Amino acid sequence: MKELLHDIDAWRQSGERVALATVVKVEGSAPRPVGATMAVSDGGNLAGSVSGGCVETAVFEEAQDVLATGKPKLIRYGISDEMAWDVGLACGGTIEVYVEPLDGGQ
Amino acid sequence: MTETSVYERLKSAIESYQPAATATVVRGDAVGARIVLIDGQVSGSIGDAAFDEQIIDRMREHLAESRSTTESIGEFEVFFESFPPPPSLLIFGAVHVAQPLAAMAKMLGFRVVVIDVRPKLATAERFPDADQLILEWPDVALEGMTIDRNTAIAILSHDPKFDEPALLGALATPARYIGAVGSRKTNVDRRQRLRDAGVDEESIARIHGPIGLDIGASTPEEMAISILAEIIAIWHGRPGGLLAQSSGNIRARV
Repeated sequence: MKELLHDIDAWRQSGERVALATVVKVEGSAPRPVGATMAVSDGGNLAGSVSGGCVETAVFEEAQDVLATGKPKLIRYGISDEMAWDVGLACGGTIEVYVEPLDGGQ
Repeated sequence: MTETSVYERLKSAIESYQPAATATVVRGDAVGARIVLIDGQVSGSIGDAAFDEQIIDRMREHLAESRSTTESIGEFEVFFESFPPPPSLLIFGAVHVAQPLAAMAKMLGFRVVVIDVRPKLATAERFPDADQLILEWPDVALEGMTIDRNTAIAILSHDPKFDEPALLGALATPARYIGAVGSRKTNVDRRQRLRDAGVDEESIARIHGPIGLDIGASTPEEMAISILAEIIAIWHGRPGGLLAQSSGNIRARV
């Protein structure tokens, strides 16, 4: 999260609401380790990453939902070969991503 | 981070280099419940007092190991995230190489301190990213510092009357990395002078000189990468070299 503080502050200062997605579990080989974070704003901004680019688009959509409902959620991304180019991880691992609103939602 | 205040407090802890940790329920009934530990102070709650106490003990253990992980505890699945204080890089010599070195080290998350006696070189304009600029001789600067294993020291001035007190001072600390600039000959001569001054071989062996990984660096920016690559390798107990010619984990285990 450290590396995202600057972006998060800038978005919040311009009135955007922010959700934070964090890799909380990794099984097998995955592109980013536990603790990797990505921030998303309701203005459509995105910084950081939770995978090497495989699932960021899907996480972005989930984050919009989390911002709309104000409720955190845990999402599991796993992987079959057919999915690898959809919303799976190309390298075959499984990750769990926890997505939460930074300021309580509403 | 379901409250703004938790984010603000964590941000402030991270920015002021205080150790911090969070424990968050990510699966089960109490999703979002969280305990925060900042500089030893606990706030928040997940379950009853005894359960919280158990979680807080685990938070301290994980923080001590700089580890983030998820564990099943009782009926909860809890994500432990650790924010240990970042490593420090002390740069002796506010020289040209020190500028990209300070900037790149900040990018990597180091706390960066630049020390030089020359007011023309040790300026905020030349080192906008440095956390601290100290305009002193090395021995004086070192007196005021607490240096632990989480510290790397790069000695870059090329001037023996500045570099050698810096080296002697550095060797008296438990710093995990001590690198000294200079050619192969400079480093041979320097080691001999330290030996003559009574420094033992074990201490002399701690010095990484010539400084940096062998990547053929010649510009200040390339040298900064070479030095930081060596520091990262030392931090993770790796030899450097090409991944294509090694086996085992690519990533260091955290």
